[in-house]
Amino acid sequence: MPSLLDQYLPLVVFMAIAAVISGALLVAPFLVAFKAPDSEKLSAYECGFNAFDDARMQFDVRFYLVALLFIIFDLEVAFLFPWAVAFHQVGVFGFWAMMLFLGILTVGFVYEWKKGALEWD
Amino acid sequence: MEETGWFLALLLMVIKSVVLLVVLLIFIAYILYADRKIWAAVQLRRGPNVVGPWGLFQSFADMLKFVFKEPVIPDGSNKGVFLLAPFVMGLLSLAAWAVIPVAEGWAIADINVGILYVLAISSLSVYGVIMGGWASNSKYPFLSALRAAAQMISYEVSIGFVIITVLLCVGSLNLTDIVRAQDNGWGILGWYWLPLFPMFVIFFISALAETNRPPFDLAEAESELVAGFMVEYSSTPYMLFMLAEYVAIITMCALMTILFLGGWLSPIPFPPFTWVPGVIWFVLKVCAVFFMFAMVKAFVPRYRYDQLMRLGWKVFLPISLAMVVLVAAVLQITGWGAEMAQ
Repeated sequence: MPSLLDQYLPLVVFMAIAAVISGALLVAPFLVAFKAPDSEKLSAYECGFNAFDDARMQFDVRFYLVALLFIIFDLEVAFLFPWAVAFHQVGVFGFWAMMLFLGILTVGFVYEWKKGALEWD
Repeated sequence: MEETGWFLALLLMVIKSVVLLVVLLIFIAYILYADRKIWAAVQLRRGPNVVGPWGLFQSFADMLKFVFKEPVIPDGSNKGVFLLAPFVMGLLSLAAWAVIPVAEGWAIADINVGILYVLAISSLSVYGVIMGGWASNSKYPFLSALRAAAQMISYEVSIGFVIITVLLCVGSLNLTDIVRAQDNGWGILGWYWLPLFPMFVIFFISALAETNRPPFDLAEAESELVAGFMVEYSSTPYMLFMLAEYVAIITMCALMTILFLGGWLSPIPFPPFTWVPGVIWFVLKVCAVFFMFAMVKAFVPRYRYDQLMRLGWKVFLPISLAMVVLVAAVLQITGWGAEMAQ
């Protein structure tokens, strides 16, 4: 375990210091800046109008679709990482196993393309 | 004795981290200045030239101005999340630098999953965008956060595939190993940008999209969404978003330098060029890549959103997927790099 600690403790220290810097910058104007809030200044911006209704409205379902596709492909990238690192150890069998996996994935990709999941107009 | 040893080691870590962060932030101040100057030069303007000689202190004056501005928190917003968002963005963008080796052995934490860590940390910044856009409880930030999130995750997939092709050639996730693998005596011709040139281009364009840089700055398209998810922010919360954006850009430049441009290696592999310290080559390469970022911002008109998504999903994804297969097949048939992995 000591080597793990040696490797990751500097990371934690670095993140702590980065957090201190970000936090200090965030807090600074609340301490030093002049403040004169009024109800107009604190209202949500909407091109000079008063806000019409709640800003958290319905949005296009395609954003969900993109998120779902992202999960599939990013997960697959996560599968590829260990394969890529051990590429020369897993040999011919490992190569063809991954080609099969990518082939199945390509079938899925072609299907979603034909279904129009990637259309945005 | 044991305790003082621990204390000294910890102190050294703190000093190293503080030095890197301070140097990085000053570097960012001048990168911001350079961005504005290059943009101005392309449009035949002068750019910032008042504060200090040739305007060299402009970024520091801007920072002071931000700190002394009134921080406005809108009435309808979720105040906790509203303030947490810029903090998360600032922290995450800086945190990626813990593993970047700026020269041989000059990384704060030389962990063996370095590239995975950078990828994970840079993906997390999408949370900052979503939190900021949602917590503002205002229409423009909300729409912009949706767009930005979809855009960032779309291009992350191609960035992932590009990294896979480099990893196939290297066989290690450690950033230092990735640079060492390019040190094959050929200098600039031995780095991965040449054999993996299509991936180099895809990575560059995806990095533009990932960091919401023009021509992919749809999340803050001024003519449509005012300032995007930052509309309701003022003072240093706004500055943290801007700072995080530029730190993320420099992280992407550093990542391109490490993956494709040989990190700290000298482009000409014999003296006197090899006597130049590695950190100088690294900074020069990062600046060169950033110059490309700045020129693209000045030259290229903004994309439409459907064009952006088409490019990400229908062009880059199939090409990078095919390149993974191609690179793997070439390595399998020729057996290149096999002796290095043993």
